[in-house]
Amino acid sequence: MLNKSVHDIAASFSRRGVLAATAGLMLGLASISGAKAADDTIKVGVLHSLSGTMAISETTLKDTILFLIDEQNKKGGVLGKKLEAVVVDPASNWPLFAEKARELITKNKVSVVFGCWTSVSRKSVLPVFKELNNILFYPVQYEGEESERNVFYTGAAPNQQAIPAVDYLMKDEKVKRWVLAGTDYVYPRTTNKILEAYLKSKGVAQEDIMINYTPFGHSDWQTIVADIKKFGSAGKKTAVVSTINGDANVPFYKELGNQGIKAKDIPVVAFSVGEEELAGIDTKPLLGHLAAWNYFESIKSPENEKFIKAWQTYTKNPKRVTNDPMEAHVIGFDMWVKAVEKVKSTDPDKVIDALPGIEAKNLTGGTSKMLPNHHITKPVFIGEIKANGQFDVVWKTPGLVAGDAWSKELDGSKDLVGDWVGKKCGNFNTKTNKCLGSGS
Amino acid sequence: MPTNLSARFCTFVLSLFLIAFALPAFAGPFEDAVAKFANDDYSDTEEAIGVVAGSGNKLAFPIISALQDGRLMADSDSKKVYITGADGKSIDAATGEPVASVPDSASAVRLNNRLRRSVDAAIGSLTLQSPDIGTRLQAAQSVFKSHEETALEAVDGALAKETNKSVKAALGDARAAILLFKPDATEVEKLEAVATLKARGDQEALALLTGMGDQPASVTKAAASAISSIQSSLAVWSTVQNAWYGLSLGSVLLLAAIGLAITFGVMGVINMAHGEMVMIGAYTTFVVQEVIRTRYPGLFDYSLLIAVPLAFVVAGAIGVLIERSIIRFLYGRPLETLLATWGLSLVLQQAVRTMFGPTNREVGNPSWMSGAFELGQITITYNRLWILVFTLAVFAILLAMLRYTALGLEMRAVTQNRRMAASMGIATSRVDALTFGLGSGIAGIAGVALSQIDNVSPNLGQSYIIDSFMVVVFGGVGNLWGTLVGAFTLGIANKFLEPVAGAVLGKIAILVLIILFIQKRPRGLFALKGRAVEA
Repeated sequence: MLNKSVHDIAASFSRRGVLAATAGLMLGLASISGAKAADDTIKVGVLHSLSGTMAISETTLKDTILFLIDEQNKKGGVLGKKLEAVVVDPASNWPLFAEKARELITKNKVSVVFGCWTSVSRKSVLPVFKELNNILFYPVQYEGEESERNVFYTGAAPNQQAIPAVDYLMKDEKVKRWVLAGTDYVYPRTTNKILEAYLKSKGVAQEDIMINYTPFGHSDWQTIVADIKKFGSAGKKTAVVSTINGDANVPFYKELGNQGIKAKDIPVVAFSVGEEELAGIDTKPLLGHLAAWNYFESIKSPENEKFIKAWQTYTKNPKRVTNDPMEAHVIGFDMWVKAVEKVKSTDPDKVIDALPGIEAKNLTGGTSKMLPNHHITKPVFIGEIKANGQFDVVWKTPGLVAGDAWSKELDGSKDLVGDWVGKKCGNFNTKTNKCLGSGS
Repeated sequence: MPTNLSARFCTFVLSLFLIAFALPAFAGPFEDAVAKFANDDYSDTEEAIGVVAGSGNKLAFPIISALQDGRLMADSDSKKVYITGADGKSIDAATGEPVASVPDSASAVRLNNRLRRSVDAAIGSLTLQSPDIGTRLQAAQSVFKSHEETALEAVDGALAKETNKSVKAALGDARAAILLFKPDATEVEKLEAVATLKARGDQEALALLTGMGDQPASVTKAAASAISSIQSSLAVWSTVQNAWYGLSLGSVLLLAAIGLAITFGVMGVINMAHGEMVMIGAYTTFVVQEVIRTRYPGLFDYSLLIAVPLAFVVAGAIGVLIERSIIRFLYGRPLETLLATWGLSLVLQQAVRTMFGPTNREVGNPSWMSGAFELGQITITYNRLWILVFTLAVFAILLAMLRYTALGLEMRAVTQNRRMAASMGIATSRVDALTFGLGSGIAGIAGVALSQIDNVSPNLGQSYIIDSFMVVVFGGVGNLWGTLVGAFTLGIANKFLEPVAGAVLGKIAILVLIILFIQKRPRGLFALKGRAVEA
């Protein structure tokens, strides 16, 4: 009985994919039949998980695109046609992302897709977008080391988030000792590799860097927080750089608060914690811990105030927060609309060629520009957590920072550039003057 | 002492009064500094804190403490700064004159971490002689942390008057910390300081000793021996700490698994929706807290006590419903049960997601579950401690219930030999429903406790289901004691592996060990013997 039951449990996990796929397919079908088949609309694909682990973050982005489409349609749509959203649910299941992307492009004939959150989901849809030649706008900060013709990266590259945050801590807080704590997957690992190289280039010794990885959804942080405390008692100012992702953050911050680690002793700067994540915790013990983003809801600018108001009216929730990936979608959507209007076509090839150089207002009062490497220029802000779950901006870059597709800190990538305008290449080696070609 | 203090304070106020009248139109350094708060510039604020704290002005303490609590309002246009009190009354920070109202254009002076440290240091040296023992202790501790040379005089003054033993010790530590970093302190003073810190023996002392920079040779030598002695004592404590963390993790595992020990362990139902019962319990807590927040804010500290029975009833009722509508048709068909309950778990998750939204819900910690206390050199957080106590209580109650109540007797009879029990007149299907309800209800209670340490999101249950099965299978199916021993063994093993192998490898190692163990003893730690299990 027992051996059998263990076996059964194991078997069920391989079946989980099938079940989720079936469920997702049904949802997908429902959304297709629900949409009116009309030729006089331009279809926009939305590829964000609405169920499963990532639903917590991605659902908001789906709502954002629906909101932006609604706003655009009120202004008369694009090229005289209304926009129509096609929403599918990849259910936090990476292979399903590829299936759903294929469905959006071949079956629903969308002109552009806004979607993905995790790097693994982006990597999973990449071949589909290349093969079927469509456009993906990817709105989340990521590890870089990629520049694809069919993808536009509106989130931050490491030099637009991680590096400025470390610079701030080094200069303003005089931090000498570093804990790089992350969830065990590609984004934290690559970011930490870049940060480690960067810190060493600034003269930080190996023994002053502690790197720690935890599994997804880690909830027992006692040992790690105690380790951080211990590491921080070496007489040098210590800070934690956190690439801890998703749900694991809440218990981590709770443990920090309970063990009495205050931001004024050991500050934690996070790259994945925004307004949305803080909505689930009591932030009083977290006062002063930091986050680095390209947008904060608390930033005062006419564009931002207008956006927040319209968003809260649209969602009929006066407390609904906004966050950085939402702003990335706002910028990306605006850029796509402008590019389509520029070439008077939704043909992906024409739009892809038109996008570099397009400018769009960001919500913090500046103007972001799409670069030839398909990344955008963004300002970088460091915010301290306030007691009300919002951020108080304590530092910002003087101007906009251009996103580097390839990190200058890593040996393998410092000679590479992405240039889809002149060189028509995502990974051009400036030393050998050769394009490395596909396979990113 | 109070008379002495108040007398001093009186002369002090009087002299201030005189100064104020003698120079009515003169804006002194104090007023200039106060005006700097209105510049909304961190370095100006820092300068202002330094000047105000060192000014000796009677408004210094009210200003700095208002700054700390975000009650210091500054108007950047008129350069006026106001202190707003908790009672809604406000005064002008530069003059101390009451003002009718603070203009709308004024906003709270902003702080960053660097400034918060300066504020703490300033408050520390200003409150070293406060009448309240707790405040004095806190003051001494913050001076210890900042160990700025300027505070030495204040510490010496306070030390001479201090009568309370623990405050005196804290002041001594603070003095040692200051002297250690004071460049012109004598070698004897520094050696004494090292000895004091060695006696303190905690991580903070270690931090000071390792970071003290260049010192005379004798001091460096004494410090090195102090460091190694502190380190070796901390190493012993860290073993104790790992053991405590292991117990704590074990209690969480036990709490999550204990309901499954009933539904899977006793009844043999492979219940993949067990985690969702835990989640429902957590959401019940959220709803209870929401109601309390909006209607009866005073009851917040009791919210968990109210949530426990409710979560039991809600999750238990859903459990009975599931048993009656699905599981009873699937007894003896483990594969179908597994698939059906797995599907059910997805349905429940999505239902909760639709009702409450996909994002985390905030479940607050009552005051008695927040914070930590120090036991020797280890930190014990209250929430973990209470969860351990709670888990053991739930376990004891469940054990007593199975042993001493009629329902417990019937449950054991039905699971051991269904046909015999039926022929003795026990309504077996009713007992099945109640047993499943009991297991689900206990899972619901677990949810109340887990809401205190984890996310309350629709995914809550998923993260516990695998661990729960692991514990029950490892401990021995059908044996509650096995579940207890299994949970604590896994918890402690995990926590001793984690510092060595890291969290990711530690978890993998535990899984591999369990697989090997199951190969050797397929029935787990405590196997039930006899005919019953073969049925």
